[in-house]
Amino acid sequence: MNWISNYVRPKINSLFSRREVPENLWTKCDECGTMLFHRELSGNLNVCTSCDHHMGITPHERFAALFDGGVYAEVKVPEPLADPLHFRDQKRYPDRMKAAQKSTGSPEAMLVAQGEIGRTPIVAAAQDFSFMGGSMGMYVGNAIIAAAERAVSAKLPLILFSAAGGARMQEGILSLMQMPRTTVAIEMLKEAGLPYIVVLTHPTTGGVTASYAMLGDIHIAEPNALICFAGPRVIEQTIRESLPEGFQRAEYLLDHGMLDRVTPRGKLRDELISVVRMLLGLPPAVMGDLPAPAPETPETAATPDPVEPTEPAAKQV
Amino acid sequence: MTHYLEFEKPLAEIEGKAEELRAMARANPEMDVEKEAAALDSKAATLLGDLYKTLDPWRKCQVARHPDRPHCKDYIEALFSEYTPLAGDRNFADDHAVMGGLARLGDRPVMVIGHEKGHDTKTRIERNFGMARPEGYRKAIRLMDIADRFNIPVVTLVDTPGAYPGKGAEERGQSEAIARATEKCLQIGVPLVSVIIGEGGSGGAVAFATANRVAMLEHSIYSVISPEGCASILWKDAEKMREAAEALRLTAQDLSRLGVIDRIIPEPRGGAQRDRRTAIATVGEAIGDFLDKLEKKSRKALIRDRREKFLSMGEKGLAA
Ligand SMILES: [Zn+2]
Repeated sequence: MNWISNYVRPKINSLFSRREVPENLWTKCDECGTMLFHRELSGNLNVCTSCDHHMGITPHERFAALFDGGVYAEVKVPEPLADPLHFRDQKRYPDRMKAAQKSTGSPEAMLVAQGEIGRTPIVAAAQDFSFMGGSMGMYVGNAIIAAAERAVSAKLPLILFSAAGGARMQEGILSLMQMPRTTVAIEMLKEAGLPYIVVLTHPTTGGVTASYAMLGDIHIAEPNALICFAGPRVIEQTIRESLPEGFQRAEYLLDHGMLDRVTPRGKLRDELISVVRMLLGLPPAVMGDLPAPAPETPETAATPDPVEPTEPAAKQV
Repeated sequence: MTHYLEFEKPLAEIEGKAEELRAMARANPEMDVEKEAAALDSKAATLLGDLYKTLDPWRKCQVARHPDRPHCKDYIEALFSEYTPLAGDRNFADDHAVMGGLARLGDRPVMVIGHEKGHDTKTRIERNFGMARPEGYRKAIRLMDIADRFNIPVVTLVDTPGAYPGKGAEERGQSEAIARATEKCLQIGVPLVSVIIGEGGSGGAVAFATANRVAMLEHSIYSVISPEGCASILWKDAEKMREAAEALRLTAQDLSRLGVIDRIIPEPRGGAQRDRRTAIATVGEAIGDFLDKLEKKSRKALIRDRREKFLSMGEKGLAA
């Protein structure tokens, strides 16, 4: 079923190396201190093999593990106006952007893709905490709108992986306006009767939590993820309340009724396939790793040639 | 007694001198000070006009937070008749930081909802300084639902430092409550008009201000974060709030240029706190004007226009 026109075959390197420390083959777990060999760590989706601590994971790494055969097509995100406020703190905003682009190798803090999980076509969006704290500015808003529009036009569910410190302060009020903007995007999905599943990952805070991350049909969180509007430090500083153990962590939110599930990263894919297929009334999927959808496209597609958002991708289904 | 802001000190001195002269004359009827006092009055009036013509963003923040500025309760009492407060979120509590209920603007029934900060120590504590908890947003959602069902326009008055950073508020899901309130604003098929009357603080403001028309008082502010908060994060120094206020573009004038708000409502000379009655009346006229126009639109058009307005926001930047 050739339902998509362009494939992205993730460079094998991106699966086995972490961009931040290319020369260092070992990573120390910030939770238990164990030294972890890179191959072992990335093979385990950046979850500590010793203590199950869930470390950060880039959208590319996540999608490579999520989609069948690690194959997906990037959905093009309309470029917003750069530096709309001419913002300058100790650095100019464009300089901060350039530094973030250089250190992450990504253009911005969200990646949108279309592909299959367990032979089930979906649209997915993933926020990149390593890019300026995953902060929500115009680009992230545009990405979520593009994801919702693609999901609606192709009649596919949307799975969104959130990770953000909150608003992109350098975009000021326009960052705040992403709360209503992204809410409009989620409204479009709901009106089209399409499932919208949010996977809340560490950390998901501020305006992101108070908009698209809390409007899912189903909320799944990764273990121990910090999920909140006002962070624990702000609360302690402003009102001097002492905070209980595990406050604002995924398990705590589950207890307080804000989440449906807390699911370890290693089990997420199967769970998402199962939930999506049930919501769509599809028969059970064959579980486990699946090869890329046939027919294969050229393996050399190293640089993604993004699908135009207006092009109906599911035309041949 | 007038509360003078820090930058109003020179003004306080002149007005104080005039007041002193007049007090002296009252004690010594043979003294003739009126000419001198009148000269001071006119000097003060000129200075006041000048000060407020060129308020920098940080001064605007101070004016927007001025304790004598009319608050939600003052607007509701002065502008609306038959105000019937409706309380509670039907789940947990009634949040006193959020006022709301049925009322008439002229003859027209409206649902009015707003943040109330309180005016003295007792009421400020009662109102939690205008910082809503989840119950406040959920009450607003309930009232918007009623308005939607009975085809009553909604008017929101925004004046909040932001959501309440408290343990209970977090436990009871304030993120979800804010998200749902914003969603409700986008769903209702009745006119929704919002006025930022003082501080439009972050998500707590958005939850009420995702409206068909958003107006700001001339010296009010609307921002993703307080200048103090922004300074401590980006400058690592909370004292850099002047710079942060500048950079954030949080004034009504900048937000109008950015296309985030639809109208700037002028304030009396020296700010709304110096002539509350005029300020309130001007806001009332603006709301009436907006509603007159919006009421001609169909439910569908109101929803569609509201969504398109927010979807296209930010396209033009400051250059526009
Ligand atoms: Zn560990």
